[in-house]
Amino acid sequence: MKNKFVKWLSLPYALWSMAFVIIPLLMVFYFGLTDKSGKFTISNILSISLPVHFKSLLIALLLSLISTIICLLLSYPLAMILSSMNSGNNRLMILIFVLPMWMNFLLRTLAWQTLLENEGVINTILRAIHLPGLKIINTPYAIVFGMIYNFLPFMVLPIYNVLCKIDKNLLNAARDLGANEIQTFLKVTLPLSVPGIISGITMVFVPALTTFVISDLLGGSKILLIGNVIEQEFTLNSNWNLGSGLSIVLMLFIVISMIITAVFDKDGEGSAL
Amino acid sequence: MSNKLITLENISKSYDNHLVLDEMNLYIRENEFVTLLGPSGCGKTTTLRIIGGFETPDTGRVVFDGKDITKLPAYKRQLNTVFQKYALFTHMNIAENIAFGLKIKNKSKSYIDDKIKYALKLVNLEGYENRMPDSLSGGQQQRIAIARAIVNEPKVLLLDEPLGALDLKLRQDMQYELIRLKNELGITFIYVTHDQEEALTMSDTIVVMNQGYIQQIGTPEMIYNEPENAFVADFIGDSNIIDSIMVRDELVEILGVKFACVDKGFGENVHVDVVIRPEDVELVKPEEGNITGEVTHIIFKGVHYEMEVMANGFEWLVHSTRMYPVGEKVGIKVDPFNIQIMNKPASEDEEAVQIEE
Repeated sequence: MKNKFVKWLSLPYALWSMAFVIIPLLMVFYFGLTDKSGKFTISNILSISLPVHFKSLLIALLLSLISTIICLLLSYPLAMILSSMNSGNNRLMILIFVLPMWMNFLLRTLAWQTLLENEGVINTILRAIHLPGLKIINTPYAIVFGMIYNFLPFMVLPIYNVLCKIDKNLLNAARDLGANEIQTFLKVTLPLSVPGIISGITMVFVPALTTFVISDLLGGSKILLIGNVIEQEFTLNSNWNLGSGLSIVLMLFIVISMIITAVFDKDGEGSAL
Repeated sequence: MSNKLITLENISKSYDNHLVLDEMNLYIRENEFVTLLGPSGCGKTTTLRIIGGFETPDTGRVVFDGKDITKLPAYKRQLNTVFQKYALFTHMNIAENIAFGLKIKNKSKSYIDDKIKYALKLVNLEGYENRMPDSLSGGQQQRIAIARAIVNEPKVLLLDEPLGALDLKLRQDMQYELIRLKNELGITFIYVTHDQEEALTMSDTIVVMNQGYIQQIGTPEMIYNEPENAFVADFIGDSNIIDSIMVRDELVEILGVKFACVDKGFGENVHVDVVIRPEDVELVKPEEGNITGEVTHIIFKGVHYEMEVMANGFEWLVHSTRMYPVGEKVGIKVDPFNIQIMNKPASEDEEAVQIEE
């Protein structure tokens, strides 16, 4: 009886995901695998091999990979410091790191535009103290910058969570068995935090790979990522078929990256999350 | 007697202005099975952590094998710990767990493999090399934790309530197992527990602690038969602790009745605590006893009956194989050598805390 009732509770979500996840996904596949007259074709998918599309995919992969690595390098020490703090202090610190997420994503990215512009806040300050200005806006650097800024909390939090859950007695046991601080980190802390690292990487890499807003605002529409190409096919060119075809290709890359991380997780961890 | 292996000199430690250990002095001999026994918060675990190197004392020195190791980090100490919740590395299999310390010391592969085999045999878990810790029962995990510690050939094994999470039967089996291990390895065991039965079963020496002070150090027999104060008497086993007056040598007045005893040198008409173990209280016919009373409670415990007898305003706890029904009038008799006389605590520091049961 109770079981049946609990099952019905999932109905609203089932309807929701049917209407807004499964049906749109089927539509993407439908448009992606047909031409404008509705006939089956795979030319939309194959169009990824066009130089302009292929280049945008490579740039997107490269920039999101760089951003993910930098996010990881910044987040891990930060998460370690946070998890070793006593609970009173670290709540405040976490609040500070999460606080930007409470503001609108577009607004934050626009703010970076204002900061990084040639005549923007940073360059004005640099010139005032007689330093050469930076030409950073509308370059890949600005895009990487924007990605790191926006997605950093998504890397910090899962790593922080997994570090907090590590039993302090395990670290004591490692020291007891003769491991110094570095050995304890490499042999105990790091392997035990792999699940957090994996989910952090997924949560940064996937949105970074598909973003078009950050590249739009900070790349000045000069650097097209695959996300921008897809967006333009839908909005400017009204070519839903081509946009959907490229989306399927992008999905494929996301699935591949998730398989890679899952395999890596299995090797390093033995058990998943 | 063998050498003093570890000496604690004037060790004090406090957390947030709360004193956990106060000027503690203790030495531990080679090949001794020492148990630190006391209620939670008595400082026993802190003492162990100071010896293990996980805490630094505020004052005092830890001397190990003639060398001051007070400031030596844990990973440089020649001792190993078995933690309360086992603390096995969940991302490694059993063999990797046991090999952890040896790999860090860069031992050869054949040496490590031999050691793993030897240790698993010692703890009766042969063939478990490739299992993961999660797939083992609590008792098995505890054995692995012991195996992981002893392959490093420590001079001292520290055990922090290692049997606390196990069920009763398993705990009793593990007690004999630990005694066997200690004898086979010939090393010093320092064992922390709040379980008096565990302490009595396994120890060569028991250190009874309360509120940061050592209450008594001695063999299990000494601690049980001749407790130095009411706290020790109450904590180790059941006992009747009665406020009494030492009239003169070998005569004590308990609840208004004079009893012959064997203790001397307390002075005349001095207030003392008298300890009488429940199995030492003899129930006889009312006219044959020193005091008469009435049975108020009775519980069957298997080996004996546990009875409460109200006599002269005191509820006597009595263990006897003979049953007296509730309401029966009985006489109470105690042999002189079963009456243990203790001085009242001299200062607040030694004030014994009653354990509510």
